[in-house]
Amino acid sequence: MGQYLILAPVLLSFVILIVPQRIRNPYVFFLTLFICILTSVPAIRMIFAPGTEKYILDGPFGQIDLVIDGLSGFFVLVTNFTMLTGVLFSRGYLQIYQGKKNQAQFALHYFSFTWLHLSMLGVLMLRDGLSFLISWELMAVSSFMLILFEAEKRVTLKTAVNYLIQMHVGLVILVTAFLFCEASTGKFSFDALHTYFSGNNNVGLFLLFFAGFAIKAGFIPFHTWLPEAHPAAPTHVSAVMSGVMIKMGIYGIVRVITYLQTDLFLIGWIILVFSAISGLLGVMMAIVQHDMKKVLAYHSIENIGIIGMGIGLGTMGLGLHNPLLTLLGFTGGLLHVLNHSLFKSLLFYSTGTVYKIFHTRNIEELGGVIHKLPGTALLYLTGAIAICGIPPLNGFISEFLIYFGLIKGLSLGSAYQVITVLLAIISLVLIGGLAIFCFTKVFGMIFLGVPRKKHNVNGSVNNLGMLVPQFLIAIIILLIGMFPMLFLKPLMTFVTEQFHLSPVTEIVSISGIFLKTSILSAIMILLVIVLYSIRSLLMNKRSVAYGPTWGCGYTGGSSRQQYTGTSFANNFAELAHPVLKLKDEYDRIGEEELFPSGRSFSRHPKDVFRSGLNRLLDFNMIILKKLARLQTGNIQHYILYAFIFILIIFMLLYLKVL
Amino acid sequence: MTVLLLSALTGIFFPGIIIRVKSILSGRKGQGIMQPWKNIWILLRKKSVISTTVSFISMIAPLIYLSTTICAILLLPFPGISSPFGFDGDFVFFAYLIALGKFLFILNALDTGSSFEGMGANREALYSLLVEPAFFILFGTIALLTGHTSMHEIFSNLQIGGPSVNIIIIIAVYLLVQIAMIENSRMPVDDPKTHLELTMIHEVMILDHSGFDLAMIHIGTTFKFAMYGILIANCIIPVNTGFVWQIVQFFGIQFGFAVMIGVLESFRARKKLAKNPQFIVTLSSIALIAFVLALLITFKMIP
Repeated sequence: MGQYLILAPVLLSFVILIVPQRIRNPYVFFLTLFICILTSVPAIRMIFAPGTEKYILDGPFGQIDLVIDGLSGFFVLVTNFTMLTGVLFSRGYLQIYQGKKNQAQFALHYFSFTWLHLSMLGVLMLRDGLSFLISWELMAVSSFMLILFEAEKRVTLKTAVNYLIQMHVGLVILVTAFLFCEASTGKFSFDALHTYFSGNNNVGLFLLFFAGFAIKAGFIPFHTWLPEAHPAAPTHVSAVMSGVMIKMGIYGIVRVITYLQTDLFLIGWIILVFSAISGLLGVMMAIVQHDMKKVLAYHSIENIGIIGMGIGLGTMGLGLHNPLLTLLGFTGGLLHVLNHSLFKSLLFYSTGTVYKIFHTRNIEELGGVIHKLPGTALLYLTGAIAICGIPPLNGFISEFLIYFGLIKGLSLGSAYQVITVLLAIISLVLIGGLAIFCFTKVFGMIFLGVPRKKHNVNGSVNNLGMLVPQFLIAIIILLIGMFPMLFLKPLMTFVTEQFHLSPVTEIVSISGIFLKTSILSAIMILLVIVLYSIRSLLMNKRSVAYGPTWGCGYTGGSSRQQYTGTSFANNFAELAHPVLKLKDEYDRIGEEELFPSGRSFSRHPKDVFRSGLNRLLDFNMIILKKLARLQTGNIQHYILYAFIFILIIFMLLYLKVL
Repeated sequence: MTVLLLSALTGIFFPGIIIRVKSILSGRKGQGIMQPWKNIWILLRKKSVISTTVSFISMIAPLIYLSTTICAILLLPFPGISSPFGFDGDFVFFAYLIALGKFLFILNALDTGSSFEGMGANREALYSLLVEPAFFILFGTIALLTGHTSMHEIFSNLQIGGPSVNIIIIIAVYLLVQIAMIENSRMPVDDPKTHLELTMIHEVMILDHSGFDLAMIHIGTTFKFAMYGILIANCIIPVNTGFVWQIVQFFGIQFGFAVMIGVLESFRARKKLAKNPQFIVTLSSIALIAFVLALLITFKMIP
């Protein structure tokens, strides 16, 4: 019975291809709901009562074990929730493409969407190396199909292919890593890593795994696919990719960490350094973007950095046998995984709503959207405050845990460790400040002021189906922010179990801390409400005059004179220009031009790493082109090549090299 | 609660004293000490003019700005007396509460769609981004020095460190004064008396506010000054000298702080706008020097 229940989603997913168009979305929704319930029940059980649960599938290919423990259970829950909101949101969002795409394409889209869900669950539950990698590959392919939805655009096609190639580079690295393990232990699975790490050097193989998983997670410098793939995909796909798919990389890294035995401090330090760099550069590059979705994509890199800082800190704690650091680091990092999946999907959904109405992703063309979409503006603001790590929302809770761990880490032993920790604190502070800079810019440019360009707005402005999932997420964001212990307690228990920490008494003190932050946040909210009531009372009593915005007495200005995203980011871009590559396009005023005509100025941010990668690829192309001379088209030459090859083999055999 | 009451008391006289000092030094008859509060009282009774461009952000932002400042003050200890809300790592929460106020304040400026206010918002965002590391390095330093993480314990233990710690205290006070000046948009970075919108920072962000909202912002700014005053007082006032004597010292320090700002603003020229980031980053490097000193004092540098 159990076996059929597990296989049912796989079989039911093929039905998506044949159900009639009218009930397709509800069908996918109920199928997703079914998968969610099926996997969430054991996942919740594993988080509250740590242990492992095993489901054995006997098939024609042999036996496959599906294993859920606390760690995978946590990621399963995060995945399920985001997928569910994604399906809910997609119904309204895909209306844009109604008429442009045929029904087969929609069906294929939903089919890939469901398979992305299934493959992610597979990645989380499979421990056997081969089936894990197959699931990992399915995840890459199904997300590739999802990005390809607008394949008629050349950019999308190019991006998708680029994504697929980079994912396969990652796959090759992972296969190599598993092969190292197999060569040493004879087993091709995660569980064999325990044996491997107890007998061999830990750092080398970990770095290999880290590189493989980092490509998925988007750590700098492995991130180059990410800022291109997110904007290319439909919004609900970007939300799912950024919210949960890149977290599979994080899952992989944490999974490998649980098997590590020695050199933990060094490994933690390496993760911390990579993460701090990712966080800082990610947010710096986000500031200079104009594309609403690209901004969010770079922020994914930033948040992966924050998550990595937590995990790095936790690993350092493991190395130092400091249970408090381990607890704070891993709990902070993992809670940030959940938090990021919430606010990032919320931000993507509200961005998608704006895109659906205004048909542009360029923030320089928007403005004053708040008057048209007040609900969406409020939701975006919620997401923006949460992503900046500002109380009273959820981002603060996870960032505070990491801060708290770092501050506790200041009392570590040597100067070298203390300086590392201080630099980590500085990067986290800067990340926070830069995120505020970025989101005040983005929110201000999209939603505030007056429209910078005329848009012919069509389509229903209020789509309940699109708003409901967003409000659901916003409520959970506030819930985590105000009552963090509700979520932290199970998380802490399972981290304690997972890393075999001695029962830590600090949980009590942490709950005390968050009680105080909650009370203070509540006081603040109460104060705002009281002041607001006084304000409305006073405003009602007196007449209020309305007038144009102050412009030094000049009221004839046009909306184009407003601050733009480029001008807002300008002084920062000047400060940071050694790191950021910006290309300005404008035409100079000629000397003989007495009456200058109309002019335009545009600034295009460039990803330094992307250009570096391109240079590498160009270099490869040159070599390959030279090698292509071998391909002469003469059959005699080809026979000669085969002959030379055989000769070399004989030579090598003779010399006993082979 | 003590702290809130004290900061309210300080807040009442603080802006007046600055203005009085400035007018005496420039040889003017000048306003009375209570004039800023009279202005606020007038604002509270005036009717408002609201821009047609603005949204609900402008309605709530000044209120949030004031409330976050008050809540941040609630977190602060008074020498020897811990705040009822103080906890381990509370200075992080303190900084982020202020950040919430700032976040909405910046949005509030962008809400009007005016390019002047855009400039102000942009500068405010950049400067507060640059000043933040200095604050955190400073607190990291004294946390390392004392081995504690809550503001109450940090400041109580800072006093008993002996003469070698005094140099850190001096640097801390210097940094806190400079941070206060920047965060409150005072002299070396911003000039509250400037009359040109193009060179304003704080003033330009509130151009389109009037009546009740403007009063809220003014009250918030006053409280913000008092907030930094309390932090400075915490660094200086000894823990165990008796409550009354501490109160006297507290007001002495606040008075001195206000007079100092007045004197500084009278004799100091404002920096060029383009040089401001450099100036602000300098604070972080001074804080780093303090950190290295702390490493030396705690014998972490010498293996």
